[in-house]
Amino acid sequence: MASLKDLRSRIASVKSTRKITSAMKMVAASKLRRAQDAAEAARPYAERMGTMLGRLATAVGSNEGAPKLLAGSGKDNVHLLVVFTADRGLCGGFNASIVKAARLKAKALQAEGKTVKLICVGRKGADALKREFGDSIVARYTGIEGKKGIDFSSASEVGDKVLALYDEGEFDVCTIFYNKFVSAISQVATAQQLIPFVGEEAAEQEEATGSSAVYDYEPSEEAILADLLPRNVGVQIFGAMLESSASEHGARMSAMDNATRNAGDMIDRLSIQYNRSRQAQITNELIEIISGAEAL
Amino acid sequence: MTDTTVLELVSPSALLKSEPVEMVVVPGTDGNFGVLPKHSPMISTIRPGVIDIYAGGKVSERIFVAGGVAEVNPERCTILAEEAVPVADLKADEAQARLEQATADLKAASTAHDKANAERALEIARAQIAALTN
Repeated sequence: MASLKDLRSRIASVKSTRKITSAMKMVAASKLRRAQDAAEAARPYAERMGTMLGRLATAVGSNEGAPKLLAGSGKDNVHLLVVFTADRGLCGGFNASIVKAARLKAKALQAEGKTVKLICVGRKGADALKREFGDSIVARYTGIEGKKGIDFSSASEVGDKVLALYDEGEFDVCTIFYNKFVSAISQVATAQQLIPFVGEEAAEQEEATGSSAVYDYEPSEEAILADLLPRNVGVQIFGAMLESSASEHGARMSAMDNATRNAGDMIDRLSIQYNRSRQAQITNELIEIISGAEAL
Repeated sequence: MTDTTVLELVSPSALLKSEPVEMVVVPGTDGNFGVLPKHSPMISTIRPGVIDIYAGGKVSERIFVAGGVAEVNPERCTILAEEAVPVADLKADEAQARLEQATADLKAASTAHDKANAERALEIARAQIAALTN
């Protein structure tokens, strides 16, 4: 049985753990607010870009001259997976779930005899994947999230890398894996195909309702597409980064909230145990004194 | 009440502006174009330059954009800009520094990709300086 001193020091250590987790929770909560705002602010751009591209894509269709980013390279042999994780742990199942989704996909592709290449954004993903897919990781990025949140330039850095690889014919299909932010307690691991471009439903909906007008294009459709598609890659990656960062802070907040609560429960339990054994010790001492007095 | 069209200026990180305006002049790749209410639908790319927003027949606001795309339809004019700064907030020395940086990058560029990037940066810096001087 643990001595009183042991119990006391255990209670003290759990208490200091609880202090840390509750501080982390509050930090995560304030970062979450900022990340969420940033993610929401970025949505209009991505949405409008999506509808515009969808419209253009339907206009150009599968013409001969359609850009490679839209039409694809005509092959389906090499897949590039871009995996967005956090740089740090202690955020519940956040990193694990995204790594698991990416691993499943990579395994499935390999089973089909396709080559898989990986780009890891965030340290945790690279760490978790390097044992199994160490040779397939072509690039890794860490420290994306700076003091002031996520910068578009870091997204375009990743985007440029992806585009450069595509231009060199290093891969045929690119899919990004990130946690989509739903709420502070719920994040959904999402896979989204980036290259070749897949039109959004928005454009189709518009057409269904008959509101799509005939657009003039200046310069030509093809020129605009050629300009927009690479930009869209950067924008989608930026969006994924923002969603991922909001999800990370959300996941960390709820994980730390749980940890704080668990620590509180543990302190309660330990205190009861401590009080009981202290009481038992006192009773014991009293019995000893009384029976000693009676024996006299 | 004069007719207005809704101008939406969106950058990757925020919806910068969404308000009714009388007229807006956009620096398209094939030349500037003015957008009035009930403009016919069009999509155009934008070169680095200045967006002029008109109110009461005069320029009320000037915003520098570093390229992007514009989508115009009868009700609204949506501009997706990579970077947008009010001309009043542009700094001459910063633009100059940017120009020098871009020139240096262009000299140092080894791959076609780097070169294209540097050329674009150079163009943006030149446009900024041009925006400041008139």
